[in-house]
Amino acid sequence: MSTNKVQIALVLPDLLGTYGDFGNAVVLEKRMTWRGIPAEIVNIRFGEPVPESCDIYVVGGGEDTAQTLAVRHLRDHPGMQRAAARGAVILGVCAGIQIFGESFTRADQVTHPGLGLIDSTSHAGGSRAIGEVIATPAGGLFEGLLTGFENHQGRTVLGPSAQPLAHVKVGTGNDGSVEGAVQGRILCTYLHGPVLPRNPQIADLLIEWATGAKPGPLDLPDVTRLRTERAKAAGVSL
Amino acid sequence: MPNTPGADPARLPLRTAAAVRLGNMSSKLSQKMGLGAGGMIGGRVALRLDPQALAHLTSGRSVALVTGTNGKTTSTMMLSRAVSFLGEVATNHGGANMPDGHVTALSKQPDAPYAVLEVDEGYFPEVVRAASPAVAVLLNLSRDQLDRVGEVRTIEKSLRTALASVTGVVVANCDDIMVTSAARDSANVVWVATGTGWHNDAASCPRCGDPIRWEGEHWFCTGCDLARPRPQWVTGDGYLVAPNGVKVELSLRLPGKFNQANAVMATAAAAALGVPVEEAVQRLRAVSNVAGRYRTIQRSGHRARLLLSKNPAGWSETLTVVREADHPAVLVINAHEADGRDLSWLWDVPFERLRGRQVIASGERATDLAVRLTYAEVEHTIVPDPLLAIDAMPPGPVEVIANYTAFRDLNARAAQ
Ligand SMILES: [Zn+2]
Repeated sequence: MSTNKVQIALVLPDLLGTYGDFGNAVVLEKRMTWRGIPAEIVNIRFGEPVPESCDIYVVGGGEDTAQTLAVRHLRDHPGMQRAAARGAVILGVCAGIQIFGESFTRADQVTHPGLGLIDSTSHAGGSRAIGEVIATPAGGLFEGLLTGFENHQGRTVLGPSAQPLAHVKVGTGNDGSVEGAVQGRILCTYLHGPVLPRNPQIADLLIEWATGAKPGPLDLPDVTRLRTERAKAAGVSL
Repeated sequence: MPNTPGADPARLPLRTAAAVRLGNMSSKLSQKMGLGAGGMIGGRVALRLDPQALAHLTSGRSVALVTGTNGKTTSTMMLSRAVSFLGEVATNHGGANMPDGHVTALSKQPDAPYAVLEVDEGYFPEVVRAASPAVAVLLNLSRDQLDRVGEVRTIEKSLRTALASVTGVVVANCDDIMVTSAARDSANVVWVATGTGWHNDAASCPRCGDPIRWEGEHWFCTGCDLARPRPQWVTGDGYLVAPNGVKVELSLRLPGKFNQANAVMATAAAAALGVPVEEAVQRLRAVSNVAGRYRTIQRSGHRARLLLSKNPAGWSETLTVVREADHPAVLVINAHEADGRDLSWLWDVPFERLRGRQVIASGERATDLAVRLTYAEVEHTIVPDPLLAIDAMPPGPVEVIANYTAFRDLNARAAQ
């Protein structure tokens, strides 16, 4: 599968594609190709081996059953974990943040081992967090606000090797105070929307990690308009 | 008319009869007071007074229930038209598909020996218990509103339990994996190949979790014995093939492959109740407008066809329908509770199919849609008010596709 294109692996979209996660892959692909960087999406379906040669891996959210099956599949075919070891870029959304950690504990109190890609544990919270989220960057990793929609019962606690992605202004995120996780070139978030259409600066950060160069400007008026609208809906001005 | 037991109101238990009378009164009262169509209020009152009202009102009638994620309202209308060949049919037009809506519909037509009811998936087990249906129709199962309805797999399991208790005929779509799993344990299943099914939620087997594999139209689980059953009814392009091998032209007035699937499901269900195939098809063929859907409105030199799509599977089907002609399209998106507040699903809809067409993004969440269209490389403008969006198109035909509350509001405004 060696090509000169940046390969974006959409990991198990048939299990972990509940929240429009295809959108994150398509945003990465278009933001590269529109700037003259050849890129393509590689669909990795349930039942198929996971290649370790891709440049960016996008992992989405799914129902509990699907999440369990996905972990089993990714353990049996550890291509993504091998790619992570050599520094590939990985985006984990919602269920992604839970299965990337050391473990996740469901509402039934059963603890499942995670993939151990980031220093975190997750457990079921008392209530489901649903609604618009606004967060400010942590550690100067990106500029502008992080916006998205959350819908999850999980709560995540980060260990010392993982840094939060952002500080929550509106919404719940990991625990009501911070949102997401960054460890090396692995970036996780609870936010849907999907997250990359809503946050082009995060998409460009992942592209920069994957290509080694900061991509040039790309003005999409609808995206700017959407960010302003969503922040306003959450009671925050951008 | 075949010999069927009627639902004589005089034979209703006293409590139900009284509850129904009061319910009908409050229904009329609410209509008079302008509280809407009175669709459910009467039923709500009757159910409060007599929790067994649904069981009593269905007792003695031949009942058909229709459920599934998409196509319920259309299929229910088609089936009720087809069954009218046998006699008077009580039915809940217009999507009041919970028990209060059923009670309202049934008490308005106490003498109808037949009842054809659209049932919300979540209420299906309860309604099956109350109504002991002669026929249960399961159309399809896919994800609906992300933050509102339970997981598809949870719904599949609850339908599976409910359908196993049905002693009548279960009419089920064998091209839908979730439907097949839900219906397979029933004693008396009629399988219909509809050629439609949303496979994106069913990569893993609902029974054992292993991957499902497809070979042409056939599918099977790689871990257990769940596989596509052999269909008795087959949907072709514009026709159906009945179990006896006879081919019947559908010639529907409603557009699209999805409505052909609805028609064949309805015909199979009507046949289970004793309606001859030709008679059934002839009657459901005439359906042209389902609660305002598919109707065309004239406005400012435009002929705008109104199409409702509520979820990724529905949008995908509708985009196929509008592909039949290259008309400009107004897409209307809201995100209220009833629509699902999480608009992530917009990214599961293949809007790429609209490339090269004149498109306006509309509705309260027009901007979310506009971003989706940007990345789909579909040129578009934003006009949040859907009526103004229609006006902004060049004169002539316009396709208007809207999600739930957007459609409801547009339909109401267009009627003024
Ligand atoms: Zn299986």
